[in-house]
Amino acid sequence: MADLNKLTIAAARDAMRKGDLTSAELTEACLKEIDTAGELNAFVHHTPEIAAEQAKAADTRIKAGDAPDMCGIPLGIKDLFCTKGVPSQAASRILEGFKPEYESTITSQLFDAGAVMLGKLNMDEFAMGSSNETSVYGNAVNPWRRGNDDAALTPGGSSGGSAAAVAADLCLAATGTDTGGSIRQPAAFTGITGIKPTYGRCSRWGVVAFASSLDQAGPMTKDVRDAAIMLEAMCGHDAKDSTSVELAVPNFEAMLTGDIKGKKIGIPREYRMDGMPEEIENLWAEGTKMLKDAGAEIVDISLPHTKYALPAYYVIAPAEASSNLARYDGVRYGHRAKIGAGDGITEMYEKTRAEGFGHEVQRRVMIGTYVLSAGFYDAYYNRARRVRTLIKKDFEDVFAQGVDAILTPATPSAAFGLGEMVDADPIAMYLNDVFTVTVNLAGLPGVSVPAGVDKQGLPLGLQLIGRPWEEGDLLNTAYALEQAAGFVAKPAKWW
Amino acid sequence: MSIDKDTAAKVAKLARIKVEDEDLPALADEFNAVLGFIEQLSEVDVEGVEPMVSVTPMRLPRRVDEITDGGQQDKVLANAPDAREGFFAVPKVVE
Repeated sequence: MADLNKLTIAAARDAMRKGDLTSAELTEACLKEIDTAGELNAFVHHTPEIAAEQAKAADTRIKAGDAPDMCGIPLGIKDLFCTKGVPSQAASRILEGFKPEYESTITSQLFDAGAVMLGKLNMDEFAMGSSNETSVYGNAVNPWRRGNDDAALTPGGSSGGSAAAVAADLCLAATGTDTGGSIRQPAAFTGITGIKPTYGRCSRWGVVAFASSLDQAGPMTKDVRDAAIMLEAMCGHDAKDSTSVELAVPNFEAMLTGDIKGKKIGIPREYRMDGMPEEIENLWAEGTKMLKDAGAEIVDISLPHTKYALPAYYVIAPAEASSNLARYDGVRYGHRAKIGAGDGITEMYEKTRAEGFGHEVQRRVMIGTYVLSAGFYDAYYNRARRVRTLIKKDFEDVFAQGVDAILTPATPSAAFGLGEMVDADPIAMYLNDVFTVTVNLAGLPGVSVPAGVDKQGLPLGLQLIGRPWEEGDLLNTAYALEQAAGFVAKPAKWW
Repeated sequence: MSIDKDTAAKVAKLARIKVEDEDLPALADEFNAVLGFIEQLSEVDVEGVEPMVSVTPMRLPRRVDEITDGGQQDKVLANAPDAREGFFAVPKVVE
């Protein structure tokens, strides 16, 4: 078989089960691709020995029969996941040298299912960013380019390394995490599929915390079927995460029939933004037509508090981050600053955190500190939490009207150039998440599906938002959209 | 409301992040940009609306109060920048 690294999870699984392919061969092919893809800066810690060992064990298991779907599948793991004995830095200097003594629940589940870890993937520092430009490892680079222009583009963020690696076929799939759009926006920028499940579906244990009430992990894959397969392996109740929900995990793949006849798809009028590029508007209209042609009923809906989602997010997420990141004190793990004569413990904290955190992380920690400080807690933090209640209610109201899923653009633009936003104020960067952040605030599942290319040849994605806990139904709608859109473009290899 | 240099210094202190004096005005400007954006929230009528505590309506699970883990001093200290005699070592805290 040629180009093994380009296989989907489903195709590789089937070939391995038939005996046409071994995980060792597949893993070797991916490791080779990674070695020649240094320019993408997607993999930042390489684990070829672990991969070879896991692949060998997977092959034994597959031969014995009855191996799980993910057995032998080579994956990239976002640096936010704690992986035992392997650097897990959340792309931050403050966790330099940190090698966890434990394994995150999600990676444990994946490895127990026989998946293979190729290495750790680049990301924005502590998952704070939309372009992978806040990483201590430097920028990850999008394998896609604008026509013949060789300007380097962002793969999006924060799961930028995951998106670049999957789009460039360096691995079959990758883990991502999504606090305000960090799976869906990079998936859209790189022409791949990414799903953020319902809050509580995937355990957060062992995933470096950013904003605990919003963070969810999910798969980033080459197509919807793979997303269904990998999501199932990642989900499940975990006693170590008190917000993890005790609900049975369905066989998501078995729910992919492509039949969406009679499904009610909502089109939210508030998502039609001023100054939205015509191409995004057209893609959205085409996606709507595709679902209609597939037998869905299209309804106009209103989510009146949409406009306030980003401002609420930029209170709640920094507030939670300032609390979560208080643990980085130079005492228990990671970087500690050299202190001067006469410096006490407070100076050690302050210097350690100034050296260890990058600019964007520092800014968010301080914003969070401010909105939680005495005198402002009610005006900012409590008000934002009230607005969050209203945002969630907007969705509950449309679901109560019988809407099964909501179709929106995934991002307000295609991938932009690395460095293009350097001089823009932080709000311009935050606007990347305008269509995705509502979903985190409401705790809902959301999936980004590649649906077309812009006139420069860059991929564009559409987002489907589902009812809580109905990832299976959501993925089936995504599957129908994928079938209709027929997106097959791949980036031309230049790296 | 607008954040001045002194407020920025106070916030940096609360967050335990050292910010050089000459960087404070720029930091205050950045705070003001973000807070200006957040200010939109004051347009929303939140009268009688409960602040969200949990996005999923659920009761936090409870368990029996008993020891389930422990005896892992080596592992706990393995990543410490400075560990001595089985403890984390820090600069002098008490005079």
